[in-house]
Amino acid sequence: MRSIHSSTTEFLTGARDIFPLIVGAVPFGLIFGTLATSNGLSTKATLAMSAFVFAGSSQFIAAGMAATNASWLLIALTTFVVNLRHLLYAVSLLPYVKKLSQKWKIPLAFLLTDEAFAVTIRHYQLEQTDQQTATTQASNKSGLKHWYFLGAALTMYTNWQLCTLIGVLLGQAIPDATSWGLDFAMSVTFIGMIIPYIKNKPMLTSVIVAGTASLLTASLPHKLGLMISAIVGITAGVITEGAISQKKT
Amino acid sequence: MNEGLLILSMAIATFSIRYLMFGASNRITLSPNLLKALRYVPPVVLTAIVVPEVLLSKGSLSIGPTNARLIGAIAAITISYSTRNLLLTILIGMAVFFGWQSLIT
Repeated sequence: MRSIHSSTTEFLTGARDIFPLIVGAVPFGLIFGTLATSNGLSTKATLAMSAFVFAGSSQFIAAGMAATNASWLLIALTTFVVNLRHLLYAVSLLPYVKKLSQKWKIPLAFLLTDEAFAVTIRHYQLEQTDQQTATTQASNKSGLKHWYFLGAALTMYTNWQLCTLIGVLLGQAIPDATSWGLDFAMSVTFIGMIIPYIKNKPMLTSVIVAGTASLLTASLPHKLGLMISAIVGITAGVITEGAISQKKT
Repeated sequence: MNEGLLILSMAIATFSIRYLMFGASNRITLSPNLLKALRYVPPVVLTAIVVPEVLLSKGSLSIGPTNARLIGAIAAITISYSTRNLLLTILIGMAVFFGWQSLIT
């Protein structure tokens, strides 16, 4: 009974924690629904894309490319490149999902998005501090964190389907949803997640370098700038860390 | 265009990347150095997403009081740094952003 209760709690906490990121995603879901249908995709295909692909930025690019009569193969290859950043997310989550069964790994992988990664990795890493205090209860709880992952990711998924549907139905009747500024909710949430990480010089360096790189690479296609900035930022952090520990010895 | 084929191929392209590491996780052992490097992934990726969102307006750099996102972001950084409270950071960041935006327009 108690384990059922705490898995539900984890699930609901995940659903609650991702809420601000969902607010930020609403305008994009609406716009995707509107844009895809006006770019010539059928209603069925637009809804199916959100349901089976579930990858915001690739869906936008696909809708844009569909309008230019690009081949499905070219669109699929572009999707692949745009989603490369998920490799980085998956590797980071690896130590935490390793022990799960395939029954869990498959849906969690399918539902992995920028937003779900952001809240889930934070939750998993809090576990490490829990373990330092090493109470039995904390470690009991930490074995259920995949329920948190599922709660956050599934809430994101449900919202994306709803917003796509509303976008398709209301179409042009929706005024320019990006001008509402709701997407800024994502930025402030991420800021609130980044700052607590910056506890030392290597972290600060990595964040500053990644931020600068993201501006310099912003014009690159297919979100490649994000991937490059991340790698450059990580490298800068590791190098700084090495330099500092060398100084100490 | 064959829409069924389009969606199937996009679904495979997306899922295979997301699942690759999870699926093989039993056979993968990450070296201590790699694990060390991975600690940087969350803050670095989030920063690389946020900085262009806040500072770029239609592709060009916008730094100054006319950029309400920048003002909201500065408020959020300040709140997060002093309180470490995520919810408060979100609420005040959004409030400052909307408030500033209505002031300048």
